[in-house]
Parts: sequence; C-alpha cells; structure tokens
Amino acid sequence: MFAVNQGIIQVSYIIATILFILALGGLSNQETARRGNWYGIAGMAIALVATLAGDVTQNFELLIVALLLGGSVGIIAARRVQMTQMPELVAILHSLVGLAAVAVGFANFMDPDRLSHYAGVELTIHDVETYLGILIGAVTFSGSVIAFGKLSGRISGSPMLLPARHWLNLLLLLGSIWYGYAFVVQSAAGGGVMPLIIMTVLALLFGIHMVMAIGGADMPVVVSMLNSYSGWAASATGFMLGNDLLIVTGALVGSSGAILSYIMCRAMNRKFLNVIAGGFGTGGGAAAAASGEDQGEVVPIDTQEAAELLSNAREVMIIPGYGMAVAQAQHTVFEITRTLREKGVNVRFGIHPVAGRMPGHMNVLLAEAKVPYDIVFEMDEINEDFPDVDVSVVIGANDIVNPSALTDPNSPIAGMPVLECWKGKVSIVLKRSMATGYAGVQNPLFFEENTRMLFGDAKETLDEVLKSL
Amino acid sequence: MKIGVPRETHPGEQRVATTPDVAAQLQKLGYDVVVEKDAGAAASFSDEAYKEAGCSIAESTADIWSDADIILKVRPPEGDYASGLKDSQTLISFLYPGQNPELLKQLTGSGGTALAMDSVPRISRAQKMDALSSMANIAGYRAVIEAAQHFGRFFTGQITAAGKVPPAKIMVIGAGVAGLAAIGAAKSMGAIVRAFDTRPEVKEQVESMDAEFLMLDFEDEDGSGEGGYAKVMSDEFIKAEMALFAEQAKDVDIIITTALIPGKPAPRLITAEMVESMKNGSVIVDLAAEQGGNCELTEPDDVVVRNGVSIIGYTDLPSRLATQSSQLYATNLRHLLTDMTPEKDGNLVLDLEDEVVRGATVCTGGETLWPPPPPKISAAAPAKAQPAPAPVVEGKKRSLAGPIMLAAIGGLAMLGLGAVAPPSFMAHFTVFVLACFVGYMVIWNVTAALHTPLMSVTNAISSIIVIGALLQISSDVPVIKWIAVGTVLITAVNIFGGFAVTRRMLEMFRK
Repeated sequence: MFAVNQGIIQVSYIIATILFILALGGLSNQETARRGNWYGIAGMAIALVATLAGDVTQNFELLIVALLLGGSVGIIAARRVQMTQMPELVAILHSLVGLAAVAVGFANFMDPDRLSHYAGVELTIHDVETYLGILIGAVTFSGSVIAFGKLSGRISGSPMLLPARHWLNLLLLLGSIWYGYAFVVQSAAGGGVMPLIIMTVLALLFGIHMVMAIGGADMPVVVSMLNSYSGWAASATGFMLGNDLLIVTGALVGSSGAILSYIMCRAMNRKFLNVIAGGFGTGGGAAAAASGEDQGEVVPIDTQEAAELLSNAREVMIIPGYGMAVAQAQHTVFEITRTLREKGVNVRFGIHPVAGRMPGHMNVLLAEAKVPYDIVFEMDEINEDFPDVDVSVVIGANDIVNPSALTDPNSPIAGMPVLECWKGKVSIVLKRSMATGYAGVQNPLFFEENTRMLFGDAKETLDEVLKSL
Repeated sequence: MKIGVPRETHPGEQRVATTPDVAAQLQKLGYDVVVEKDAGAAASFSDEAYKEAGCSIAESTADIWSDADIILKVRPPEGDYASGLKDSQTLISFLYPGQNPELLKQLTGSGGTALAMDSVPRISRAQKMDALSSMANIAGYRAVIEAAQHFGRFFTGQITAAGKVPPAKIMVIGAGVAGLAAIGAAKSMGAIVRAFDTRPEVKEQVESMDAEFLMLDFEDEDGSGEGGYAKVMSDEFIKAEMALFAEQAKDVDIIITTALIPGKPAPRLITAEMVESMKNGSVIVDLAAEQGGNCELTEPDDVVVRNGVSIIGYTDLPSRLATQSSQLYATNLRHLLTDMTPEKDGNLVLDLEDEVVRGATVCTGGETLWPPPPPKISAAAPAKAQPAPAPVVEGKKRSLAGPIMLAAIGGLAMLGLGAVAPPSFMAHFTVFVLACFVGYMVIWNVTAALHTPLMSVTNAISSIIVIGALLQISSDVPVIKWIAVGTVLITAVNIFGGFAVTRRMLEMFRK
C-alpha cells in the first residue's frame, strides 16, 4: 500500500527511541512530566504506524479490531481505576507484557520459515533468544498475576513459605536450563516443542512461587522488579526478531525497573536477593522476643484532643502509610491540611520511599486528593526538620517510623532509614489496634512519652478530627 | 453508680472536682453525676452548664454525701463528713494522709473506701492521673504571674525612645514540674531565667526550655531520690549550694523556690542575709510555704515586704487559677475512674493488684492501707537505662574482591560471546548495552514522587513488544495469525491503558 521501505522504518524507529528516552527524562520533575507522557505516546504512535505501513501486508481488519478492542478496554480500566488500586493495575498490566512476550516467542518458533532463515551458530543464538524471551515473559506473567492477586486482596498478603523453598527455586532454575539446552538441540533437528512447553510451565511455576513467598510490605520491590522483567522480556523478544527498537525500549524499561528495585531495597536496608528470597521476619527469633517485652503504657487520646493538638501547632508533619490507602483517607487528610493551613499552620508531608505497596504510591494518592506537591517531601529532605515539628501525624504506618531500626541492632529492620518523628514534640499515631507492623516488630514509638495513640479506622477518625477543627 | 461532687467548703478554695466537659465523659463511663448547687461557680462553671452536660443538681452538701456512691472532692473533707462515709461509698480527693493522721483515722473508722489523689504513684502509666503534677504545673505558672504582679518592672528587655529597659533576671530553685512551668512562663514573658536543681538529670530539660542551668562546683552527687523526687543532700553539698544562692541573690530580681523533699519540712535555702542582699523591689515566690518555706522570712498564706523585698507565701496558687486547675484535676480524676471502670458500665472496681489503685487507696473496709509499698520505678530510671540512641550505621567495609570478580566474569563472558556470535548479533548487542546505560542515566533523575507514573509509563512503553505481533500478523499460518491478533489485543490494553492512567495521574499533581 504505502511505499514505505526499510530505511524509513529504521528512521521512524530511531525517532521513536529518542521520544521514549525523552519520555523517561521528562519524569524527572512534575513540570515536565506531562510533556514526557506525550513524548511516550508520540513515540509509540510513530513506531506503530511505521510498522503497520511497512511490514503488515494483510489481515488489517483483524489488526484494527484487536487494537480498538484492546485500546477501549485499557482506556476504560485507566478511567475507572481508583488511585488506591494503582499497584494492582500496574501489576496486571505487567502480566500482559509478559504474556505478549510468551505469545510472540511461540508464534516466532512456529514460523515455518525459521529454519530456512537461520543456520548453525545463528540458529543457536536465535533459539536461545526465543527461549529467553519466553522464559522471562512467563516469569513476568505468572509473577504479576500473583502480585495482582496479593495486592487486590484476592490472595492472602502474607508470605507463603514452602519448606526447602530455596532448593525448589534452584531445582526450577536447573530444570529450565536443562530443557533450554534440550530445546536448542532438538530445534536444530526440527523439533523442540516439548522442551519449550515444559520450560514455559517451569517458568510459570517459578514466577508463582517467587511472588507467593513475598509479603505485603515488600511489594514495592516486587512490583518494580516485575516492571524490570517486563522490560527485559521485550528486549529478549527484540533480539529474537532482530529489532533494535524493541531491544532499546526493553533495555530502558528493564534498567528503570531495576533502579527502582534498588532504591526500594536501599530504603529498607536490605539486599535485593534477600527480598526476593522472601520471608521477612522468618529468622526473627529476636523479633518475637522484642515484642514479648512489656514496653510500658500507651497514651490514647480522642479525636477532639487530637484536633486541639493540631490547631495549636505551628509545624505539622503528616506521615502517611499503607493504612491511609486502605482506609481511603487521603481526601480527609487533604481537608484537614487545608483547614490547618488556613489557620496558618505549616503542614507538610513526609514520605518514606517504601510507604505503600509500590514506589511513589503515597505521592499519587496525595496528588489525587489535590495535595499540592510542593508540600510533599521525601524522607531525606525532611528528616532533619523533626525537632522543629510540633505535631507529627502518623497515619497507618508502622515500620517506617520505628525507632528500633536505629537503636536496636538485633531488630529485623535494623539499619533501615526511618522517619524520626519521635524527635518532634508530639506524635499522634492513628492505628486500628496495637498489632505489630508487617515486619512483626513491636514499635517503641507507641510507648514514647510524647506519643499519643488515636485508635480506630483512619478515615472515620480523621473525619471526626476534621469536624472538631 | 452515682458520682457526687460537693461544693468545696474550705475558705478561699475556688476549685471544683469536675467540670461540665468531664462530667459528660464520666456519664459515658456509665455513671450518673450529681453536682451541688453553685459547686463550680467560683471556677466559672455555672449550674446551667452542668445541667446541659446531663448532670443533676443537688441542693446541699449533705444530700451529696448521703446519696452518692462515689464522692469527688479537691480538698480533704471537713467536719463530720469523713467519719460519716458509708461502707458502700468511695471518696476520691486530695487527702495528704501523712500530714493528717486524724483524718486517716476517721476515714478508716467509717468503713468506707478513700483514695488520695496525692498518693497516686509516680510511674509513667499513672502520669495521666498525677494530680500533684497538674497542680504543680499551675502553681509554677501562677508563681510567675504573682511575681509579675509585685515586681515593678517589665520582664522583657526593651529599647524604647524613653530609654533602655534591661530584662528581669529570675532564678528558679528546683526544676520539678512547678519549676519547669515557672521557667516556661517566665521565659515566654521575656525574662532571663536561671535554674538550679540537685538532680543533674534535669539539666537537659532546663536547657531545652532555653534557660541557663546553674552548675555547682562540686564533685558529682546525684540528688535523685525515689519516685522522681529529690533527697536530702550532704552537708558539703548544701554549703556549696548556699554559697551559690548567696551570690545569685545579689544579681537576680526574682527568686522562685520550689524545693521540696517528700515527707520532710522544706529545706531552708534563702536566708535572711540573702534577702537583705537583694535589690529593692525584688520578689521572692515561695512555693514551699505550706511545708515551712524555702525562705527563712516566708509567712504562709501571706505577702510580706522585708528590706524592700516582697516575699509571697501563698499556699493556694492552683486555686487562684481555679478554672484551669479544676479542668486538669477533673481530667486526672476521670482518667483514674476510667481505669477503675474496666467494663464502662458505671461500676467502680477497686483492684488492689493494680499498682496505681493500690498506691492511691488509703483505706477500705475499716483497714488502713497507707502508706503503700514504695513504687519501684523512678521517673528518671528508664531515661538512664536506655543508652543514647547511637544510630546503627552500617560500618561494614565492602570488600573489593566481589565487584572485581563480577567484572572479570562479566568481561570474560562478553569476550566469549564476541568470539562465537555473528556480527549481526553483536550489532544488536551493542545497541542493547548502550540502551541499558542510557536508561540508567535517565532514571536516576526521576523524582521519587513520580515513581508510580514512571512505572505506568514504562509499562506502556514496554508494550512496544506489539511490534513483534505486527510482524507476525500477516502470516499465512492461521495459528500464528491468531496468536498475533491476541497479542495485539492484550498489548493494546497495555498501551492505551498505560498511557491513559499515566496522564490521569500526572494531571493530579499540582502546586
């Protein structure tokens, strides 16, 4: 139809690549972020149009139907999703990339022209690429589905720890390698379907097992890791197809996810492997001992007293955690913020990097509630300011404000950087009960002399506080 | 059960044992509350306010004492009321059983139960019911106000057109609750404040309030006694202390003394000579007047002027701030009652296993329970037990061997790959490695606040895998064609959904 030759396609791909890089670069701050998203859309559009015009020769109608159908589903999902459900949405979208990688890999393998295109070393390399694309894709797919289940509460959030799980992982890995080898050998002889299928099943099991063993608060690492995998899957597919655009884009996404995982791990002072191997607090004889000690008495207050503390303060720091997302309390939080700011109280937000269930989760929730982003700060920016803070409000957070991370070398969270709210004058902690946080560590903050406990559902309690203001 | 609050009969006493706000909360615990007519009048709480809070009003003190199950008071009962307490009745009040053995005998003889708010043990759990601290806080504040009343100058320094005014210098002796409250009040009025205490651990608290801690040139002697109070010091220590006060007396304008040792007469700290050495118009406020006074010349319940120095010996400072002290005292009582009403059903439970209740109970069922076994925990002890929160910094030095090994293995693997791989693969591989580095550089600039949009946009971008499906969709093999159609379908969800949700999120970020 169009006279589009390979040269023009190549140039389009280069432009698309540049646009993708600009898209990621645009996210470096809030002002340029929207433009960045448009760069991404433009890049994708150019890549699609060029490929459509150059490489698609028939079945246009099917293609258009599929695009429109999938596109509408995507847009509806994007419109409907609650901001608190973002981690689930991102997880399920990751699974689609993984599934796509598996599908493309299998379709490519079934192409009858394959053996005539490649031979010898090239065939081996091609098969290895196909194999890797499917492997990573399958792990991404099943892992993301499980992550989705955990994040949406369809599967229990607590880690499922099988006995000898490390050996099981190793076994699955060795099995994949063995069947990979078998696949490459048989494929040269024209076969190889069975090893490929077995390997795919093994990879799927591996993805399930890996994510099942990881608990709720480690989800930020898992989500960003799956993000990374989906990139590597695209990259491997790019190698298989000899398509540089896929390779570059996959590599961009892959390194992006890897860096996010690294940032999250650093924020918990844990090694990546340690998180992935799963089971936080399992080696925690110390944790159990620590929580068994009687740490003293907590001082509960009611909503009116909390409101009074807040309105008499000059500097207020709000520290949101996953509990705020669960209770959907972000809008009330913003109303309180606005009321207090009108009274001349300087209200700021302190965000821990791993607060919530995915990187940046809290920021998105606060943005949804229209909290201006220039009063929302990262931990490193505001941790020094706590001595000047009159009232810190901890909403549904626990481990990220636990002083024992700094004081108790035996604590399972020792060395994890935390928001040092106890250095302020008063901390109000909103909590449903005195249960321990995700790490199973008792939090000495609750027993500090200047801590006040406000028990109850975060949203209801804050609504009461707002009324009293 | 019915809680009765009689009017205080002691001359000059303006406080009341409950306020309308607290009475409402007591009713939430299941109690009925009866308040004597005009009980809160002196503290500015009208009968109407009590009625609005759901209380009933009794006509006379006698009615309350005969009807109520629990009687809340501020001052110890006077007249026959103590001996008339019924077996079923509980009295909660300041009782000072140590100073009033006669009262203790009467209460025990009555067969009823009596709890002394002044005997609530000083442990962290009981802080919310520590009425002595609440009252001391008010006394400290009021002491500064009284001093200001009798002092002829500003507290704060000013430079005006009419000349320069130096700030007042205030010395506070004893940095307990009252002393710290006095420091805070005097500081906020602009005075220069110095404070002295025999317990070195309060130095930090004094300094945290921006006051100067007067150090004694003396080898360490810790004056901390049991229960967070001070103890009697050695003779040499007292000598050095007196020398310090004599020197300070010449310099400061106002002295506020709060030095008390439990069960002992107040130590004599300010002698007649020191008063003589003070400037004309200076003020001394003696918060220990009731226990004999820290100043030799103090007259309890009175203000005297000696050598031009006003010496204030009021013993009813909390009552002089009646609204505030009633409010705090009533809240202390409420906390005690909350602890003693575990079921919130309006039934008082006297659990003598509870350290707080045991400490406060002076008698029940004809048996004297005072003095209680001493509390074990000093308020300062936990502070010492906790080591300074030394941050646990990761002190491990990273061994270089690991990274070098990794680099070596990686390098060898690359070389091995280069040796066998065809040039077409190497071209792609070059692109791949470079792209990884570009990604690495770009992503580090992304602000943490945008990590979620970053994930959703990278997710959309990674759907570029759709290109693979587009290349296959024109295949003549039906299976491949349909797999490709399916792939296009799911990646389309991802492309459109990913970009749309990113856009939605980014729209929300606003200044």
